[in-house]
Amino acid sequence: MTAAAEGSSPLRMTRARRNALLQSEPVQGLALISPTFIYALILLVLPILVVIAHSFWTQHYLTIDRTFTLENYRVALTEPIYRDLLWRSLYISLTVSLLTVLLAYPIAYFISFHGGRHKSLWLFLITIPFWTSYLLRVMSWKVILGYNGVLNSGLMGLGIIDEPSTALLYNSSAVIITLTHAWAAFAILPIFVSLEKVDRTLVEAATDLGDGPLRSFLRVTLPLSAPGVISAALIVMIPTVGDYVTPKLVGGKDGVMIANAIQAQFGKASNWPLGAALSVTTMLIVTLMAGATVLIIRAVQRLAR
Amino acid sequence: MIAVRRFLSGGWLATYAFLYVAFLYLPVIFLPIFSVNTAATPKFPLTGFTLHWYEDLPRTPALLDAAWNSLIVGVSAAVLSTLLGILAARSITRYRYPGRSTIHGLIMAPLVLPEVIVAISMLLVMLQLGLSLSLFTVVLGHVLVCIPYSMTVLTSGFEGFDRSLEEASADLGESAFGTFRRVTLPMVAPAIISSLLVCFTISLDEFIIAFFLTGTEATLPIYIWGQLRFAAKLPGVLALGTLLLVASFLLMTVAEILRRRAARRTQNEGGLYA
Repeated sequence: MTAAAEGSSPLRMTRARRNALLQSEPVQGLALISPTFIYALILLVLPILVVIAHSFWTQHYLTIDRTFTLENYRVALTEPIYRDLLWRSLYISLTVSLLTVLLAYPIAYFISFHGGRHKSLWLFLITIPFWTSYLLRVMSWKVILGYNGVLNSGLMGLGIIDEPSTALLYNSSAVIITLTHAWAAFAILPIFVSLEKVDRTLVEAATDLGDGPLRSFLRVTLPLSAPGVISAALIVMIPTVGDYVTPKLVGGKDGVMIANAIQAQFGKASNWPLGAALSVTTMLIVTLMAGATVLIIRAVQRLAR
Repeated sequence: MIAVRRFLSGGWLATYAFLYVAFLYLPVIFLPIFSVNTAATPKFPLTGFTLHWYEDLPRTPALLDAAWNSLIVGVSAAVLSTLLGILAARSITRYRYPGRSTIHGLIMAPLVLPEVIVAISMLLVMLQLGLSLSLFTVVLGHVLVCIPYSMTVLTSGFEGFDRSLEEASADLGESAFGTFRRVTLPMVAPAIISSLLVCFTISLDEFIIAFFLTGTEATLPIYIWGQLRFAAKLPGVLALGTLLLVASFLLMTVAEILRRRAARRTQNEGGLYA
């Protein structure tokens, strides 16, 4: 009896310890999240690593030469066509994020400070248009801005112009207008969330201490809502750099962006390594821009204090 | 100065807000308007009312195939991403462990990566693995982009969930799975349904991933993309777009109501029993 009990006790100990370990918070938490995590690793991280690897290789007709080379990056950064496309994508994306944040801030402010009990209704109203297909929203802008479009026929009906203007569609302005519209909700929501967190008593205190509405806004509300402005800027900026549909549908020759060139390399041109290098360059530029934006907004925030 | 004060105090802000919302709805409004117009080119003045473009839709076999494909992809993507979302959201809201925010960040990453790059890198891997492109590969891609949205909906439903309810259930002899099924699940059911609807809507409307990862079978957005090349097909596309808009609107409204109910339930009832 005793021998058996002694013999089994170490075993029981380890089992107990193992159970304790299995029931510990980190193990259970990690076990629970691992299927989703592994999914993201296999379908997001692995593919991006493969793209990065390809960007250092060379394509010879149908075979890929796996010797390390920086040639693709040289082409991506110095060939005028790709350089121009990268600059244009950068310019369009920065303009769009600036416009979107500037337009979104007042409405987020209005909902947060004057929305009353209709706050969630306002937010819902704002999100509805964004649950329509992106494709259809872009196409609607084509209907509005086109040669026979709503704007042209409207302006002609009002006698403001005599013949339809071709200046509205198929250029980078059309891309900017469309994207500014398409990403509006994604800017409003984070700014709204950060404004909701602004302690109202601080604003009152500033007013009580003699700050006018403008000063208390600039010195209290605006700096405190900076995190929301940062995430709004990033949420708009990052995906717009690589937008494909909008430039293709409303951009015309002068509104084409880098994603269209990437697609061409993987499609018709069938030069995967160059396409990969363009993708990696785009991601790097996005990262740099995101970092710069965060730094700039933080600096402004510090200045305001 | 007076102007600024009036602006900040809400008078002009309200006007601005209404104008801005009008701007947001502007392009969306034209879909239904021109879809019932007799003229094939979308311009004012309208020429007359017709349901002709809608009547043509069910007579287009390619469209019906695309709708069926979208349904298959949407349901599969919604179920899979919600399942993966439940696991991750539960882990994030319930447990603390090292690397938690890094893993969370990675899972949410598709939200902020340019979609083209996500699509193309997946395409590259699938081609290298010799996987032929099909609706299955589209589902794989859609699940990846749906998970972050599913997580957002589910964490808002799981947060504030009163843990003592689960502890009570365990103390009363329920197994871990039994507790989940009989205590946790009913509480978060509205959030789960909401997540299913949100993911289905995203998949229904998603174009880029489907564009790169589809083989020969088109989904609805791919079908629309093909039709956009022909000016004469535009009214039909507008009619189809209007139907999709109505479907998305209904699904999202239900999803939003359920999400709110879930958030209210976990927070209020949790507090009540605590």
